[in-house]
Amino acid sequence: MDSTLTCPPAVGLRGFVRMQNTLVTESENDLVLKGERALVAEILAGNHERYYELIAPIQRRVYYTAYAILRTAADAEEVSQEAILKGFRALHTFRGEARFSSWLLSIVANESRMRLRQRREVSLELLKSPDNEDEYTPIELAEWREIAVEALAQKELAAHLEEALASLPEIYREVLILRDINGLTIAETSAALEISMPAVKTRLLRARLMVRDYFVSRSWARHLGFGKAQP
Amino acid sequence: MITLSCEEVRREISNYLDDDMSPRKRRLLETHLEQCRKCAVLLDSTHNVLVLLADEHRFELPAGFSLRVRQMLAKEFEKAKS
Repeated sequence: MDSTLTCPPAVGLRGFVRMQNTLVTESENDLVLKGERALVAEILAGNHERYYELIAPIQRRVYYTAYAILRTAADAEEVSQEAILKGFRALHTFRGEARFSSWLLSIVANESRMRLRQRREVSLELLKSPDNEDEYTPIELAEWREIAVEALAQKELAAHLEEALASLPEIYREVLILRDINGLTIAETSAALEISMPAVKTRLLRARLMVRDYFVSRSWARHLGFGKAQP
Repeated sequence: MITLSCEEVRREISNYLDDDMSPRKRRLLETHLEQCRKCAVLLDSTHNVLVLLADEHRFELPAGFSLRVRQMLAKEFEKAKS
């Protein structure tokens, strides 16, 4: 059976595995890892300014990881800065087996959760409460209209996306931001949030369906150019 | 051939998007999708929303964020040198 007849696995999503490209992706990844290791060695040897090169491409992901967990701009910025600083000071412990971005984003997630704990003065156990096992039933649609125009300005769309994220309960927002916006793997998301991989997957399913429903329930969503996913 | 129910497909949609399932289950799911418009629509719409989210350029950093990070690091580099 030709699997390209149906929706391929997450075309265009960062961090998602695409079977047909596995070899290419792996060697590209190896190159990146090699480059990062060389850069880190240079920074550790005293060329500190080159740390900017590691940070610059991932600043946005750093900030939005913190923002995902903390939900206030001031705290998100403060924690981002602290994590970037901590990353510099702990750079000698970076082993270069995974991407620098994954390593730093784990630090960001940890710092954010610590801040949240301080802020709320509640045990983290509350955040780790067992997932609601009830099945989530997504909104049913007979047809997903194909209209290939973007009626919303980019700014407006960004605002809606933020609103959609804000509407999710915290445990779902966290996994969605780490995995789907920041492109961490399931294993990295599990490590960053200190929850099991099955828990990440359970929450991810719910989070994805909920954020999808946010758009489905709004009539303007049909103008977003959603069509059938094609390879 | 054993087929999957709509509920089973719904439970696997996220794993399918992550390509995190056995080839056998994947085939069963794709067979279902070819025959069930409702589930195909659910998959496509979820996928499309995730594509929107994955575009990191949609999210802006606060004004001056990069500059403040640079200033903070410059101080740290000074300290590290001395």
